Amino acid sequence: MQLFPCPFCGLRAEAEFHFATTAGRARPEGAPDDVAWARYLYGEDAPKGLTTEIWLHTTCGEYFLLTRNSLTRLITGSEALR
Amino acid sequence: MKRHSAFTLAQQALRGHKDWPQTWAKGTLKPKYDAVVIGGGGHGLATAYYLAKTHGITRVAVLEKGWIGGGNTGRNTTVIRSNYFYPESVALYDLALRLYEGLSRELNYNIMLSQRGMLIAAHTPAQMEICARIANAMQINGVDGRLMDAQEATRRVPLANQSADARYRLTGGIWQDRAGVARHDAVAWGYARAASALGVDIIENCEVIDIIVEAGCVTGVETTHGRVKTSALGLATAGATTGLTAPHGISLPIQTYALQAFVSEPVKPVLDTVLLYLGTGTYLSQSDKGELVIGGGLDRVPTHGKTGNLPMQEQIISGLLEMFPAFGQLKLLRQWAGVVDVVPDSSPILGPAGPKGLFLNCGWGTGGFKAIPAGGTLLAHMLATGGHHDISRPFDLTRFITGRLIDEAAGSGIAH
Ligand SMILES: Cc1cc2nc3c(=O)[nH]c(=O)nc-3n(C[C@H](O)[C@H](O)[C@H](O)COP(=O)(O)OP(=O)(O)OC[C@H]3O[C@@H](n4cnc5c(N)ncnc54)[C@H](O)[C@@H]3O)c2cc1C
Ligand SMILES: [Zn+2]
Repeated sequence: MQLFPCPFCGLRAEAEFHFATTAGRARPEGAPDDVAWARYLYGEDAPKGLTTEIWLHTTCGEYFLLTRNSLTRLITGSEALR
Repeated sequence: MKRHSAFTLAQQALRGHKDWPQTWAKGTLKPKYDAVVIGGGGHGLATAYYLAKTHGITRVAVLEKGWIGGGNTGRNTTVIRSNYFYPESVALYDLALRLYEGLSRELNYNIMLSQRGMLIAAHTPAQMEICARIANAMQINGVDGRLMDAQEATRRVPLANQSADARYRLTGGIWQDRAGVARHDAVAWGYARAASALGVDIIENCEVIDIIVEAGCVTGVETTHGRVKTSALGLATAGATTGLTAPHGISLPIQTYALQAFVSEPVKPVLDTVLLYLGTGTYLSQSDKGELVIGGGLDRVPTHGKTGNLPMQEQIISGLLEMFPAFGQLKLLRQWAGVVDVVPDSSPILGPAGPKGLFLNCGWGTGGFKAIPAGGTLLAHMLATGGHHDISRPFDLTRFITGRLIDEAAGSGIAH
């Protein structure tokens, strides 16, 4: 069992966490066309290697940014979203 | 290609299996092809076969970064079925099943198709209602699915836990008679052998590093063996697809996860169907050698690494023991994982993307082994004609823009 760092609770078992989405896709401003909107909604693109993602710590209910390597599973950063 | 027959099998047996001919030729890479397929899994190899066989296009290369069938095609639990919910999906998966039914003969290679039936087992009245709905959908779509009651389900799976304190007792479920299993390696090898005999070059240990695009059209690929020219490029690279498309600005709704499987030590026959429990998410079948082949849901952490994580192992195995307490004595022989390409609506992506000449066959996620003959037929059709087949059209990437998703996440009971 891998331990994930919650910025609020510290190291906890990975099973307490829920993956939300790849971070960094900005919500399109104004009245976006369908292509821009689809890219925002669905464009995960499964990055390989270093990636920043939004995760939920289900125990405390906080969403946060997790930086990790999607190939090796090594975690390098954890940052609160607020 | 020397044809296999009962006579040649007996002849080889008498000679001590010492001079079997090479199954497929080791191709040498040429500078130019009419069509190139990236990925030597089942879908890529089937595509090459149908390009040659159906469309007469034989100047074709399959480029595989490792060895053929070494990806998910050689790592899956080999369940074949067509009990899906939506007509678009049934058209796709039942085409695959019908082709599978004739494939050993067509390829002159025994894929060991065993249509032993599959039970998706329910445990509550609410699950039985869902099963009735799916069974009805299957019948409307003309597929041989039906609702099975508790009595028949118990007779089918006599070892299932039916004790008074069982957490998940059988209340019945969905039954498909034509579902079953096949030998995964044989599907890859059979297609490779037949494609190679028709002149297709199968190049192993050849990784595609980049797609070459000029003036909005595909003109070739850059590989670890040098540059190859082509104007028709098929991608059948499963979990590795986004690595090739993202640098060209093609955004795909794909997230990759590890999916794990296990086999137990071999035992005498204990289970003669494929069984999936809706309650535990664990599914299994028994191989011809007697091993139990066990699978379950996706790992919950996205990854490109081919190792499974422990929480899901625990969940799958505890599910197995809940279903069959008697299996608590068994030893596991092996555990492994594959990297699967998961899409929000659990349906594949088939169709053009980005530059002219590029076609995708991906997004099969946890369930694309059963679809190999159809995926190959459809990608070959697109590469040969430049346009969609009626069966592939609904699975076009633009469904994520129009919102016309084909959401099979519930219809398939579990992720596959
Ligand atoms: C544990 C497990 C259990 C499963 N169980 C089932 C099941 O019971 N039933 C079912 O229907 N499906 C099942 N699946 C899903 C199924 O295995 C896949 O959907 C299917 O095999 C996909 O086939 P493919 O040919 O698209 O991909 P693959 O077989 O993965 O082939 C893709 C190939 O592309 C190659 N490649 C990747 N990148 C490059 C590159 N840049 N250059 C050259 N080559 C490249 C890879 O090496 C690989 O060989 C399971 C999967 C797993 C992992
Ligand atoms: Zn927390």
